Amino acid sequence: MSTALYVQLLNLVAGAFLLTAVLILWRRELTAIIDVFALQGAALATLVGIIAVAQGSAELGAVALGVLFLRAGLLPWMLRRAAVAAGATQRETRPLVNVVSSLLAAAALTLLAYAVSQPLVELAPSPSTHAIPVGMAVVLIGFFILVTRRLALSQLVGFLLLDNGITAVGFLTATGVGLIVELGVSLDVLLVVLVLQVLKTRMREAFGATDLDELRELHD
Amino acid sequence: MTTVLISSESMSTWIAWLMLAPVALPLIAALLYGSLGWRPATTWAAALSAACVLSAACGIAVAVSSSGPQVAFFGLLRVDALSAFMLVVIGAVALVSAVATPGHLRVEREFGRADDRDCRHMVLLIQLFLALMALAVEAAGLGVLWVAMEATTIVTAFLVGQRRGRAAVEAAWKYVVICSTGIALALLGTFLLNFAAQHTPSPPAGLDWVDLVAAAPSLDTGVTRIAVALLIIGFGTKAGLAPLHAWLPDAHSQAPAPVSALMSGVLISVAFYAVLRVKVIADAALGPEFARALLVVLALASLALAASLLLAQRDYKRMLAYSSIENMGLLALGAAVGSPLAIAAVLLHMLGHGLAKSSLFLGAGRILQVTRTSRIDRVRGLAAREPLLAGCFGFGVLAIIAFPPFALFASELGIARAGFADGMGWVMGAALGLVLVIAAALVNHTSRMLLGAPAPPEGSVAKPVGGVGVPVPIAVPAISPSPVGTALPGGPASVVTVASPVAVASPFGVASPGTSASPGAGTLPAAPTLPGTVTSPGAVTSPGAVTSPVAAVTADRFRRRRPGSEIYAMIGALLTCAALGVTLGPLGPLLEQATAVVTRTP
Repeated sequence: MSTALYVQLLNLVAGAFLLTAVLILWRRELTAIIDVFALQGAALATLVGIIAVAQGSAELGAVALGVLFLRAGLLPWMLRRAAVAAGATQRETRPLVNVVSSLLAAAALTLLAYAVSQPLVELAPSPSTHAIPVGMAVVLIGFFILVTRRLALSQLVGFLLLDNGITAVGFLTATGVGLIVELGVSLDVLLVVLVLQVLKTRMREAFGATDLDELRELHD
Repeated sequence: MTTVLISSESMSTWIAWLMLAPVALPLIAALLYGSLGWRPATTWAAALSAACVLSAACGIAVAVSSSGPQVAFFGLLRVDALSAFMLVVIGAVALVSAVATPGHLRVEREFGRADDRDCRHMVLLIQLFLALMALAVEAAGLGVLWVAMEATTIVTAFLVGQRRGRAAVEAAWKYVVICSTGIALALLGTFLLNFAAQHTPSPPAGLDWVDLVAAAPSLDTGVTRIAVALLIIGFGTKAGLAPLHAWLPDAHSQAPAPVSALMSGVLISVAFYAVLRVKVIADAALGPEFARALLVVLALASLALAASLLLAQRDYKRMLAYSSIENMGLLALGAAVGSPLAIAAVLLHMLGHGLAKSSLFLGAGRILQVTRTSRIDRVRGLAAREPLLAGCFGFGVLAIIAFPPFALFASELGIARAGFADGMGWVMGAALGLVLVIAAALVNHTSRMLLGAPAPPEGSVAKPVGGVGVPVPIAVPAISPSPVGTALPGGPASVVTVASPVAVASPFGVASPGTSASPGAGTLPAAPTLPGTVTSPGAVTSPGAVTSPVAAVTADRFRRRRPGSEIYAMIGALLTCAALGVTLGPLGPLLEQATAVVTRTP
């Protein structure tokens, strides 16, 4: 792969990665959100795949397949199943921040990500490190979704978005953190989602809804 | 870089086994509980495993002090004095909790709040949790530590949500979401620190503590600054420090008592251990100012938050949880000072807080079982009903507000002295003010719970007996000279120590079962005139008045049981905490070496 093509592909995929995050912020239907989330997982896997081809690393290629399976296949499938169980009419009706303001916030967060990531890019300028701010922006948008959405499933998507962003930063900084850690991270994400799903089911048993506004038992 | 001084091949194998023990023994216990369940034969397996972990910790401490840090299992595990000290903390608190578990579960089963399955799940998950905590402090690097910390969240989520009610599910949800987010930030920090370590002039370093500390001076400051901030905030979340603390009061108040004890004594301490490790790298890479500024902000925010929410607290389990946030704030403050005295005090504070707070949570669990309410204002006159439990709880609160001779007195004094000596007078002054407010709030709430007359049961209005509304002295068999009376000026009622029976002024004629049992006439001469209360001879409780319907209901509700194993765990923990405040004993050299690991002084 020529360098120019590599850079173009990398930028294209990074753009798709950020765009899907913004789309998740924009859409309100849970099913649509989950579809876009699966797309984002695919974009992340492609990103890893491009880096793998550029480095000629078979190991990284295998990791890319693993990412594709986990983030574009397994996690969206689990979310979809949970959404069906929760009823087809699940919709984010009253987010704490309305959609227009959310999109403006996303723009601001992206600028913030670029500002914060300056030292990271300067440390080792390369096509892949120039994409780090995109990963950081997705982290910040995920955090934003986590704190402004009211449905349990939307919060879960926010958390997974945060995690996608962190994984992207991990691969873009091209730091192999060791196989044990890599496996541990993936397993942990999967287990967190499983735990939260079980809790969501229990929440529906206890509250009759998964609107987090219902969570008012504990406060000071 | 690792200075492994192995005298012989057999020695190193021996140490490797010793290092495996704290992780493997709880796993074996977990397998045992998983296959056999919670039954009389397996009741004490957890305590045995915890005792063995404590012994292994002592063995590791000896090995480390004689021949330096030890590495085992392909460089995945590495113990130095700091790890050994943390293993002592884990083992000690685990032992306290394990001793208390049988007593707790026995009552839960009697009340039908837990069946065989719940019991098995709880003890199984607790053992997995302990194995992960041991792995976290023995991890050679940031990566394995991170995995262990995150796995703990997963394991403990179902412990928090065990009761399945609305409140428990809510607490578990918040716990998983907030802790996972915090830990995810720490993961981002880990990636960035690794990124910085890969781009040093010297050969690239990995995520091992030794490599990172060695490479720290040449790390890029811009990247390291972001990484350190993310790591400290991330692990600080798990330690219950201020901005992302919201999970802690909910999880601690909803979890079963032995689990709350472990969370407060072990989980947040180990998370703070991670903060200390990061601080070592940050100090070497960025100079001490950066981590100090960050930690001071987190510490003061935690203290201020704990103080403001403790003042009007209505739930005693949440009260203890906010006190944990306060103590984590103090740890952060000590770490911010960073001098050897401060770090030694921080480490001692971890152990002392672990012992005192675990015994308090066990006591709170027992109070919940006895009174079936977690509201402070519903628990009245506990000293009259359950003198032993109330005494232990009172001593525990005295320990947690740093009364001498408890270890927390020595450690808080150490942190304050180090802070003033290091030119952080303003910060220390503010912190001490907040600590005083918190201590006053804790004493006030506790005295309302322990002293005074028992609360009237719902649905029945207690009428003053004897036709007059003046306080009636009732006699209570009490434990030795009461600690509470001396320490609680201005409590709603003062406990006055007379030879052995203690008289408590009661606004109502409602008496505890203990009163009806004790010979009323014999204690009458002992009834003192309390300051501020008029004791009218005519109002002295007659035997007939004691067995009024109200008293009968109360007696039924608070039927006295024989003390469960919690009481022994509490007494043991508090005695250890007090002994540590007097002398460190053999722990002294270990504490000194662990301090040297953090401050990097030879």
